[in-house]
Amino acid sequence: MPPARLPALALLALALAACGGGKAPDAASPADPAAAQQGPRQLNIYNWSDYVAEDTIARFEKETGIKVVYDVYDSNEMLEAKLLAGSSGYDVVFPSARPFAQRHILANLYLPLDRAKLPGWGNLDPAVLAALEDVDPGNRHLVPYMWGTTGIGYNVAKVRERLGADFPIDSWNLIFDPAVAAKLGDCGIAVLDDEQEGFGAALIYLGRDPNGVGGGEIEAAAELFGKVRPFIRYFHSSKYIDDLANGEICVAMGYNGDVLQARDRASEAANGVEVAYVIPKEGALRWIDSAAIPTDAPHAANALVFLEFLLRPDVIAPISDYVSYASANLAAKPLVDESVRNDPGIYPAPEVLARLVDPKKLPENESRARVRAWTSIKSGS
Amino acid sequence: MARPASHSSLWQLWHQVFTDLFRWIGVLGRELSSSRGRWVVLALPMLWLVAFFLVPFLLVLKISFASAVSGAQPPYSDMIGTAEDGALTLRFAIAGYQLLLTDSLYVTAYVNSLVFATVSTLGCLVLGYPIAYGIARASPAARAVLLVLVILPFWTSSLLRAYALIGILRTNGLLNQLLMGLGITDAPLVILHTDLAVYIGITYNYLPFMIMPLTANLMRLDFTLLEAAADLGARPLTSFLRITLPLSVPGIVAGSLLVFIPAVGEFVIPDLLGGPDALTIGRAIWTEFFSNRDWPMASAVAIAMLALIVVPMLVFEYVQDKRLEGDRR
Repeated sequence: MPPARLPALALLALALAACGGGKAPDAASPADPAAAQQGPRQLNIYNWSDYVAEDTIARFEKETGIKVVYDVYDSNEMLEAKLLAGSSGYDVVFPSARPFAQRHILANLYLPLDRAKLPGWGNLDPAVLAALEDVDPGNRHLVPYMWGTTGIGYNVAKVRERLGADFPIDSWNLIFDPAVAAKLGDCGIAVLDDEQEGFGAALIYLGRDPNGVGGGEIEAAAELFGKVRPFIRYFHSSKYIDDLANGEICVAMGYNGDVLQARDRASEAANGVEVAYVIPKEGALRWIDSAAIPTDAPHAANALVFLEFLLRPDVIAPISDYVSYASANLAAKPLVDESVRNDPGIYPAPEVLARLVDPKKLPENESRARVRAWTSIKSGS
Repeated sequence: MARPASHSSLWQLWHQVFTDLFRWIGVLGRELSSSRGRWVVLALPMLWLVAFFLVPFLLVLKISFASAVSGAQPPYSDMIGTAEDGALTLRFAIAGYQLLLTDSLYVTAYVNSLVFATVSTLGCLVLGYPIAYGIARASPAARAVLLVLVILPFWTSSLLRAYALIGILRTNGLLNQLLMGLGITDAPLVILHTDLAVYIGITYNYLPFMIMPLTANLMRLDFTLLEAAADLGARPLTSFLRITLPLSVPGIVAGSLLVFIPAVGEFVIPDLLGGPDALTIGRAIWTEFFSNRDWPMASAVAIAMLALIVVPMLVFEYVQDKRLEGDRR
C-alpha cells in the first residue's frame, strides 16, 4: 500500500477511462495467450503510484521490446471498481491480498498463473507464499510483490517535547489512550481512512482479535475511538505523508513505507523535522501486495513475461530500495541496500514478526457494518 | 476585439461567436432544406443532452433498483431475468431507497451538503455581486480585461487550486505566516480541515459561475434609471435597493443556481479541505461505491440527491411562470 494520492484524482481518471472505453483490446481474443502474442507487443500495467523503481519499466521495454502502457491508482477500491466493471483492459494489476485479491479470486477476476512461464518462482519467500495460502489456495493466481506493516509514524522532537524524554514510544497508546492522545491532539494525530486498518489497530490495542466477528468488536472499537476522537485531526490514507514531513502533524497511523518516505522527504527538505516509524508492541496488521493478471487481460502472455521479470532478484531489489518496502523475493534480499535491509521498520526482527496479524476476509454483512460504524466514528456522531 | 469600441467586451464577443456559429449551422441546414435547418440547430444540443445526461441518468436509475451481488461482474443483479418456468421476470429491489429513509446517515449527509452549498452560495453572492457590478460599470475595454482576470485562474485544474488552498490555509501555511509575521495573531489559526475551509474552497471555486451571469444581467441594466432616481432625490443606497437590486434578481437567481447545484454534489473540496465530520452526499456515494461495493445503494443515494434538488427547482420554476403569467394579465 504505497503512497496513495487523493481519490478524486483517480475518480477523474476513472471517469475519463469510462468515457474513452478504456484501452481497446487487440484483435486477438483476450485470455488466449497464444493468440495475444501475435498482436502488437504491448502490455497495460495498472499499479500503485510510486511502486516501481524509476528505471524498472524502461529496463523491461529495452530488454523485451514490449511497449508498456503504465497507469497508476491510489487505492485498492479504485482498482476493484475497475475490475468489477469489467473490460478494464489491464494486463497486470497489483491488488493487496486481503481482503481485495481474496474477493477477486472468488469472483474469478484473475487468470491462473502458468508456472512453466515463471522459472523465477523459486526466488519467492516460502513463508510469504504460505501466508497467502488461505487467500489464494495453491498460490495459483497471485505473485506476492511487497509486504509491510501498519504502525505509527511520528515527529520525534514534537512527541518527545509533549510526552517527556523518558516516555516509551512503542505503543498504540499514542493514538488510543485518551490521556496520551490529549497531549498530542493540538500538534495533530492522523488516522488512515480505512476501516480494516482502523478497526484492526483498535482491536489489537484492546488485546482482541482484529478478525473477530460477533463478539461486540465493532462496539468496542467504536467506544475506543469515541474517547480519542476529539484529538484526531483527520482520517485520510495519504495526506499524512506530506504532513508528517513538513511538521503539520505529530502522529499518524500509517504504512511503513509511506512513513519512511515522509522521513526521507523531511531530511531532503532539511526542515529540521525528524520522522520515525514504530511497530507497536501490542502488534500490528501485516499486509501483502500481489501482482495478478485479470481474466480479460488483452495481453496475458506479455503479462507473464513481466511477472517473470519482476521475479528476478536484480530487478526487484532496486525496487525495494526505491519504495522502502520489503519484497517477497527471498533471493533478492542480499542485493537490497544495507540501509533498507537493516531497517527494523522494513524487515522486522523475528519477535516483532510474531506479533503481526494478517487481516481476514469478513462476512459481507460484517464488512458492511464495519464500514457504517467507521463512517460514524469519523463524523464523531 | 474587432468590434467597435462601444460594443467590445469579451461577453459580447462570445455572444457574437455563438451567434455566428449557429447562423452557419442554420445556413447549412437551410441549404439542405429550409425547414430542416432549424431542426438541426435544435437537434445538436438535444443529442448532446440525451447522450450525456439522459442516458447516464437512466443507467444510474436502473442500477439503483438492482440489488448488490458480491462477486459478480458488475456487482449487481440483472433487472431482467427468467423464472424457473422460463417466464420473463422484471425485478425491482428497493432496499437502497428503504435504507436511505431508515439510516440517519444519509439524511445527515444531505443536510450537511445543503448547508455547505447554501453558505457557499451566499459567500459567492456577497463577493460576486460587487465584482459583477464593477465589471458591468467599467469601460468596455476595461471590462474585457476584468472578465479575463475572473476566468484566467480557472484555466488550471480545480484540483490544483484545491491543493494551493491547502498550502495557504494549513497551520504553518502562507496565511498563518502572514498573519503572525504582521503580528495580527500570536498562534496559528486552525482553518484547514474545518467547515470554514470548505466554505472558502467552494466559494473560491464557484465564484465565476456567480460573476458571469450577474455581469451579463447588470450590463443590460439601464443606468439612466439611476440618474433619474438621483435627480428625483434618491440617495445611492435607496436607488440601489429599489432599482438595481430588484432588476438584477434574474441574475442573482441564475448565478445562485449555477453555484448551488454543483456545490451540493461537491466531493473533492470537502474531501481535501474539510474535517472528518464533513460528511457530505459526495462522500456517502464514494463510501457506498468503493468501500461497500454496493453500486445500487450508491445509485440510490445519487438519484435521491437529484430528486431532492431538481424537484424543488421545478416547483420554483412553475411558481415563477405562474407569477409571470399573472403579471402579464
